[in-house]
Amino acid sequence: MDDFIAARSQMALSLGFHIIFSCIGMVMPFFMAVSHYLYLRTDHIIYQNITRAWSKGVAIFFAVGAVSGTVLSFELGLLWPTFMKHAGPIFGMPFSLEGTAFFIEAIALGFFLYGWGRFNPWFHWITGVIVGISGLLSGILVVSANAWMNSPAGFDYVNGQYLNIDPIKAMFNAAWLSQALHMCLAAFAATGFAVAGVHALMILRRQNVLFHRQSFRIAAIFGCVAALLQPLSGDFSAKDVAKRQPAKLAAMEAHFKTEKRAPLVVGGIPDVNGQKVNYAVKIPGLLSFMAHGDFDAEVKGLDQIPRQDQPPVAITHYAFQIMVGLGMLMMAIALVFGIALFIKKEWLRSKWLLTLFAWATPVGFIAVEAGWTVTEVGRQPWIIHGVMRTADAVTPMPGIAYSFYLFTGVYLSLALVTLFMLYRQIKMVDTLYDLPTGIKEAH
Amino acid sequence: MLYVVIIFLWASILLYLLLGGADFGAGIIELFTSSQNRTQTRKILYRAIGPIWEANHMWLIIAIVILFVGFPAIYTTMSIHLHIPLTIMLLGIIARGTAFTFRHYDAVVDDMQSVYNRIFALSSFITPLFLGIIAGSTVSRQIDPEAYSFQDAYIFSWLHPFSVAVGLFTVAICGYLASVYLIGETDTPEERKRFLSKAWMMTCAAVGCGGLVFGAAYWEGIPLMQWVFGEIWGILGVTAATLSVGALWLFARKGYNNILRVLAGFQVMMILFVATYQHFPNIVLMKNGAYLSLLEHKGDDKTIQALAWALLLGSVFILPFLIYLVYSFQSKEKEEAPVYGDV
Repeated sequence: MDDFIAARSQMALSLGFHIIFSCIGMVMPFFMAVSHYLYLRTDHIIYQNITRAWSKGVAIFFAVGAVSGTVLSFELGLLWPTFMKHAGPIFGMPFSLEGTAFFIEAIALGFFLYGWGRFNPWFHWITGVIVGISGLLSGILVVSANAWMNSPAGFDYVNGQYLNIDPIKAMFNAAWLSQALHMCLAAFAATGFAVAGVHALMILRRQNVLFHRQSFRIAAIFGCVAALLQPLSGDFSAKDVAKRQPAKLAAMEAHFKTEKRAPLVVGGIPDVNGQKVNYAVKIPGLLSFMAHGDFDAEVKGLDQIPRQDQPPVAITHYAFQIMVGLGMLMMAIALVFGIALFIKKEWLRSKWLLTLFAWATPVGFIAVEAGWTVTEVGRQPWIIHGVMRTADAVTPMPGIAYSFYLFTGVYLSLALVTLFMLYRQIKMVDTLYDLPTGIKEAH
Repeated sequence: MLYVVIIFLWASILLYLLLGGADFGAGIIELFTSSQNRTQTRKILYRAIGPIWEANHMWLIIAIVILFVGFPAIYTTMSIHLHIPLTIMLLGIIARGTAFTFRHYDAVVDDMQSVYNRIFALSSFITPLFLGIIAGSTVSRQIDPEAYSFQDAYIFSWLHPFSVAVGLFTVAICGYLASVYLIGETDTPEERKRFLSKAWMMTCAAVGCGGLVFGAAYWEGIPLMQWVFGEIWGILGVTAATLSVGALWLFARKGYNNILRVLAGFQVMMILFVATYQHFPNIVLMKNGAYLSLLEHKGDDKTIQALAWALLLGSVFILPFLIYLVYSFQSKEKEEAPVYGDV
């Protein structure tokens, strides 16, 4: 394996792994806060059990997320030293603030996990909320650093020199808001669907139905609201990308020729040599509308971008199709759930709805990975858009392939052990949280 | 403002060494505890480090962020030439962090526990060993930016007697910190005695490894003697540390646990002070005589300013919260009834 490809693969693997854990770590605390609130309000033990069961999941995911995040802060330098040498002082601001946010999250989590029965219940509740808020803030800050790579700001690039550095401007670059919004909603949707799916499966298996039904409801509401809002943020992102990174948008859409009234390309197999897409469904004018809000607007195609500056079209296009397709699917499920919640309440008890959710468990996270692939692969060949090429940033050390194999092994086994832990947590729900028969019958 | 950043860098390294070190040390002690006492040791250990555990490796992240934002040349030189030990240290951090969490949160208690325990104890040894190796390499003049062969550039930059000795010394210090800290956490006189003897063992190990460090430095021609004893501050630091070791053992007999902790922390602080004072502001010394200095190889002024404010602001938020966390779990644990949140 080529060292450059190995370095990119290792980075992709590490981030792809970390993103799942950090999404869960930043969203689950909000689910916990809701069930904890319900417990404090209703004093019903079931909500306390849900909160405690979830908090154990959060502790596991938080710990794995924290170590994989620590690894990333080193990997930036281990794999991309030339990039960090120049970029560190410019885009480092969000990282230093993220340190604070993450630290507060860790402290608050200490209070929350070990605080049962030790503090005033509402103080304890607030520490849980702080875990969520600071987790969300860390997520936004890290995404803002990534956004800087897509839309560099806060410096002047003159003759290979980085002058007039302004870290604050770099942090609030043009892409930070659209990217952060999209990522946060994605985290809520993906985690909501994943958690709801697991609980739906347990209800279908008729285990601790009461416990799982309440958990399902909380997670599904969060996931569905986010899934319904996500298309709006997606539209905002598309317009933003069209303006800043036309090459990325063109690759996402496999849009080869610059044209007015550009069609939206759904599916298909891009043929880069022939500059066309085979077997695709084309909706006339829709791409122009999505990118510029006007059906007749001109959309820049890959033909206007020099070959050496084009991102890999096929991967970006497929990833984008997967993300949008799954996003639409989640939106549809969310609509059905909305109807069930407000109009046809009997659906909530139906087997098919639960089966639908159970099948949709991994959908959100697949979409997250696909969307992240779109933004990262779509940025290539640049590590700092228009300023530094990824190939120029890689470490001079040979043999990165071995490091890649090593980390692949580590992450694979970590993923397996985490799944194993989760399986054991869920299996133990009976023993740990089963209600005394008296309470069970009352419901 | 540059000095604010440098102080934060130093302080976060110190805190990582103290808190993270005690945390590593707990695993090291587990490694050197006979099997019949292990369960009890583990229980004491968990009660002591559990609540603040999540916060510990944050100090390392802060130090790293300060380096890559404020001193990118230093960060990148280290990442290139110390790639291998950094990677091993990272693997240690991953293994340790996950094993610790898994063994506590695994809902089923069975044979898997012994797997987690083994991983936890082993990685508790490897991580500080390589941390020490990295620290030793930065000042040993073995990093060679002009090297041609792979071995010279990426292996012998860190694999030599001095660095390994510093690594072992770091492990011993971690074990020492943990054993002194845990003396105060014991419930019965026998346990207390057991941890006292552990602490004594670790003191001897630290002194022995310290000797190794000096020996290796002499052998490699590193002017360590001159760095440490060449100036009045170095001599004062060493004297203070030595005296406080004596004081520690005096107080240990009388049972003033908190004084013991403060003294052990003070010793480690003095060691770090002596180790960094003499060649400040240079923190990486290289083979060709070049060096990387905190005062010269820094980021843009505006970046340093923003970084300093971010750190100051951060500590306003973090410190009271952190102190309250430690305080509330310290003061309540003695009278603790079975807490319904514990597994």
